[in-house]
Amino acid sequence: MKFGVVVFPGSNCDRDVAYVTRDLLGQPTRMVWHQDTDIDDLDAIVIPGGFSYGDYLRCGAIARFSPVMQQVITHAEKGKLVLGICNGFQVLTEAGLLPGILTRNRDLHFICDRVPLTVESQNSPWMQAYNTGEVITLPIAHGEGRFYANQATLSEIEDNGQVVLRYAGENPNGSLNNIAGIRNRQGNVVGMMPHPERASDPMLGGDDGLRLFQGLLEKVAALT
Amino acid sequence: MQTKYLAKIFVTLRPSVLDPAGVAVQSGLQQMGYDNVENVRIGKYIELTITSNDETKARQDMNRICDQMLANPVIENYRFDLIEVETQTGVF
Repeated sequence: MKFGVVVFPGSNCDRDVAYVTRDLLGQPTRMVWHQDTDIDDLDAIVIPGGFSYGDYLRCGAIARFSPVMQQVITHAEKGKLVLGICNGFQVLTEAGLLPGILTRNRDLHFICDRVPLTVESQNSPWMQAYNTGEVITLPIAHGEGRFYANQATLSEIEDNGQVVLRYAGENPNGSLNNIAGIRNRQGNVVGMMPHPERASDPMLGGDDGLRLFQGLLEKVAALT
Repeated sequence: MQTKYLAKIFVTLRPSVLDPAGVAVQSGLQQMGYDNVENVRIGKYIELTITSNDETKARQDMNRICDQMLANPVIENYRFDLIEVETQTGVF
């Protein structure tokens, strides 16, 4: 499975993602500079965490107009895989690939913690190595992670089973319905505030995040 | 005839959206002694200069600029004023 990790000016979790896909999982991985417009060779695009464009104006608001993003939108429309982590999740909501928006944490603090999360749905290639109802632990590190959508959109997200991860313990940021990660209706695009790439090498204290990437490979292996 | 307009844009939170920063400012104002202040909401003020040969087109451009980038319609409203700054006559 060929992975591409998008790099915007200000992205800083890109190499951690590549470490997982290329070094831990041995998958062909390349970094995709935000001005690259050829991503046809890639199966899965990851938009990593960080502070793209300094979080100026709104997190992800400017990154969304980078040349590569038009290709990512086309890639998603073709049903190919996209994952947005933290700032990547923010970029995906600004780009309209996922509903809602991520706003300032309710308590105004930047939260750096390991949190328990409930896997809500396996209805996505990204989630298939998890079990619905399972509780996993992933690190979070964000100041703008409060998920918000208006009542109508929120109901739609819930009714369609689009929530993939929910904060299981205390809600760290005030996200509506404790939402930590969602998928698009088709399931090929997922966004989440927690960092699975920081919980993939057990040497760092946990590896619950590895299965997010590993699950994709098992699907491909099962098909061949 | 190209005209330069100064655009003054106000981006404000939709009334239904929680504003924790506004709440924090309100408690600061209370500490200052103002217990008669409520409903603090923090928005953004942005200025830019836009050049166009047609004011209607300038307004259309501004609506798109505001709707697509300067404001996020999920949580924000916007309004703007356009003030003519400079007009250049001549043949282009």
